[in-house]
Amino acid sequence: MFASIGRRLAGLLATLLAASFVIFAAVYAAPGDPAVFLAGGRDKLTPERLAAVREQYHLDEPLVVQYGRWLWDCLHLDLGRSFQYGDQVSDLLSSRFPTTLALVGYATVLFVVLGVGAGVLAAVRRGSWVDSAVVGTTTLTASVPSFVGGIALVAFFGVRLGWFPVTGSGEGFAGTLHHLTLPALAMALGAVAVIARVTRQAMVEAGAADHVEVARAAGLPEHQIIRRHVLRNALGPVVTMCGLVTAGMLAGTVAIETVFGLSGIGSLLVGAVNSHDFPVAQAVLLLMVAGYILVTTLVDLVHPLLDPRLKAMRSSA
Amino acid sequence: MTAAITVDARLPVRRRPVLVIAGAAFLALVVLAAAFAPLLAPYAPDAVDLSASLVGTGGDHPLGTDASGQDLLSRVLYGARTSLIAPLALLAIAALLGVTLGTVAAWRGGWVDTLVSRVTDVMYAFPGLLFVVLIIAVFGAGITTSVLGLGLAFAPTIAKYTRSVALTERAKPYVDAYRVQGMGGVRICVRHLVPNLARSIVGYLVVLFGEALMSLATLSYLGFGSQPPSSDWGLMVQEGQAAIVQGALLPALVPGTAIAAVVVAFNVVGVWAADRLGARR
Amino acid sequence: MLLDIQNLTLGLPGAARPLLAEVSLRVGAGETVGLVGESGSGKSTTAKTVLRLLPEAASVTGRVLVDGTDVLALDGAGLRAHRAGTVAMVHQDPRSALNPVRRVGDFLVERLTSTGTTDRRTARAKAVELLGAVGLSEPERRFGQRPHELSGGMLQRVVIAGALAAEPRLLLADESTSALDVTTQAEILALLRSLREQRDLGMLFITHDLHLAAAFCDRVYVMYAGRVVEQQEADRLFTHARHPYTRGLLACSPELEDIDRALEPIPGRPPSLSDTFTGCPFATRCPHAEPECGTWIPEPVPLPGGGTAACRRLADLPEGPVEQPVLAKRSPA
Repeated sequence: MFASIGRRLAGLLATLLAASFVIFAAVYAAPGDPAVFLAGGRDKLTPERLAAVREQYHLDEPLVVQYGRWLWDCLHLDLGRSFQYGDQVSDLLSSRFPTTLALVGYATVLFVVLGVGAGVLAAVRRGSWVDSAVVGTTTLTASVPSFVGGIALVAFFGVRLGWFPVTGSGEGFAGTLHHLTLPALAMALGAVAVIARVTRQAMVEAGAADHVEVARAAGLPEHQIIRRHVLRNALGPVVTMCGLVTAGMLAGTVAIETVFGLSGIGSLLVGAVNSHDFPVAQAVLLLMVAGYILVTTLVDLVHPLLDPRLKAMRSSA
Repeated sequence: MTAAITVDARLPVRRRPVLVIAGAAFLALVVLAAAFAPLLAPYAPDAVDLSASLVGTGGDHPLGTDASGQDLLSRVLYGARTSLIAPLALLAIAALLGVTLGTVAAWRGGWVDTLVSRVTDVMYAFPGLLFVVLIIAVFGAGITTSVLGLGLAFAPTIAKYTRSVALTERAKPYVDAYRVQGMGGVRICVRHLVPNLARSIVGYLVVLFGEALMSLATLSYLGFGSQPPSSDWGLMVQEGQAAIVQGALLPALVPGTAIAAVVVAFNVVGVWAADRLGARR
Repeated sequence: MLLDIQNLTLGLPGAARPLLAEVSLRVGAGETVGLVGESGSGKSTTAKTVLRLLPEAASVTGRVLVDGTDVLALDGAGLRAHRAGTVAMVHQDPRSALNPVRRVGDFLVERLTSTGTTDRRTARAKAVELLGAVGLSEPERRFGQRPHELSGGMLQRVVIAGALAAEPRLLLADESTSALDVTTQAEILALLRSLREQRDLGMLFITHDLHLAAAFCDRVYVMYAGRVVEQQEADRLFTHARHPYTRGLLACSPELEDIDRALEPIPGRPPSLSDTFTGCPFATRCPHAEPECGTWIPEPVPLPGGGTAACRRLADLPEGPVEQPVLAKRSPA
């Protein structure tokens, strides 16, 4: 058990290192002088700025040393200075991260509740019109890119009906909730489809197990059978998929925050790329990728807890 | 309960050939419309007419106009070209890379296989979109960069798929027979192994098309892909978004609907085709 | 009569012949009744109808009376109460009968709470008591274990404990020992026998092993292609089997004492659901068949020593123990 956790964590570290190296070394793939590139291109270049970049990124030293120092600085939250905003990158991130986190959290709640609910409903009423409706709707929502879904939501619920604000992230809990409902819904739509299908499939498979019929033969109430024997046994794949989707949502905020004009790290990344503010782009990418890797590892670690057989298998392996 | 997580998204479609036929017919229409856009479009896609800004449906403009008075129908028709060809190019690049890597990994085994697997693992650590954003941050925005970047991002999953089907294929007796005849590994792969896998791999690619189109549209929407004055649907949504607040929904919704409709149709047809082509799940 | 199945016929839309045809079967309180047949003969289906576990599209005629109540007419809460209370089933494979992700104790507590024990602490105590009653060592510890931590024999004891939780009057043992190895099989049989005596249970013991049934049960029914072909007292069946199929079964199973006897397989193959019969289903494989057998709809004919056999040629058939064929002596290889 502990050995397997150790292996996972070692794998996590290795992947983090590899991913961060790719993000760091990307500078060298850029055409021209890396210092010029990091400083945001030739247009607004001053010698002082160039010197500052060289100093910050230790560009005069060998690549490995540069990477090591950069990583060390990153770990100390020293992410350099944005030449676009003139701020410390770490300050930019910390001021914008809460919005993104709230958005991802809200969307996660939505897609878990709606997705698992729809999946359970479809599985329980398999073959009925409810099942067809769920499958049909999810086929549809899975085929709509989140930004298109977001635009449609803004158009109807924001502008036409005026129920929700069209832009901004709101003040206070209620305000935030109000402002983030449409964006979270837009992000959740595709995820609901994925989760509903996984839940339906896992429930159908779990429901075909012999012990379910045995429970039915013993006269247990149907809702109890579904909860304790079918849904409980289907949780493994469902929880795993929920984790993976949540992890992917960090990247999904890039489009949604742009649609709704939210100032989170997703829109920060888009702005940084469009204005050639590479240090900021680098930092956001690093944060998102690290979050993604962390969440996926966490999911991997949680999975055996849901299935004692897996736990037994892994610890004996 | 089986331990593997398989999403059976395909089953429901197989029972409804009507949907598949409708989807295929719609796609055929879209392809024809794209091909004959110059004949069908009532206006030039970039014909600016500020006096006809944000005109609604009906009248001279069947689907209305955008803020600069460009005819939306004409733009969507022309935009179909980029929006359909770019995902194809992307998949071609990804397939070339992925199939090569996957075949080599399966054929050679040993450290080559390990290396390919490790590289794919690191690529998997990036959500595909972020990888492309990194590439665009480095090389600058544009449809070419987007297509190349997404091609790279899609390659690992194709490599993984190819590797798994190639491993099965390699174990078949005919491969040994060619080997005994003294045929070289490259030749066996190129002449026999890969052609025998082609059906299955194409089946897999077909399912990826919808996602390729959505990813490209997202990049264009963010301003990372096609640049003005292109009529790329993703870009049109971005340009049309400002008008929503003024109550003009069409400039954003028309191209948005086009994207969604094509992806839905493709997913319905693709899932059916993948089954027919025997793509492994 | 505890269980009284009358002329039960069960058909499926896709099948060429009924799964069950005119099955009549009775089990008295405290009686152990064997139900023997090859796979596909309808013995498990018969047991399932007692719990009204029918295939979705099945069409059923006849009656299944448990304590005088027609099970086939039950629905909803009444059906659940019937399944939970009066009748319990012990299935073939204990490993697939238990939910692998839940604890052994949860399985029992769930059964107990569904039959009236509402207090969880009482249920827990009862569950531990039941685990002890079915002969498991350290019942307290077993309570917290999960199925994959126990052996097949221990799990079957758990399943039996679960069946007893409801204090049923009728136990359906569907191949309950077939998946176990021989020594464990003997232990479980001994357990079932002693439980039946202590609790005065009626038991329907389903098996494909005629010898086992004859040794373990009071009465035995033999099924073939969805029909009961013979029914006799167990010890009489062994010595006075009458139906050609029963005799065929006896002739093709090896026994310790007659090691030199040639095993005679029944010619042909067991019938499948796609085979149709215009008369006696066994006619094509029967050594005594006449052309008329192909059109004679089988019906139980009373036997002089009690019991019935569904064969129109009973008068001309051999009686007494299954004979050892003359040519049977195997020459030493």
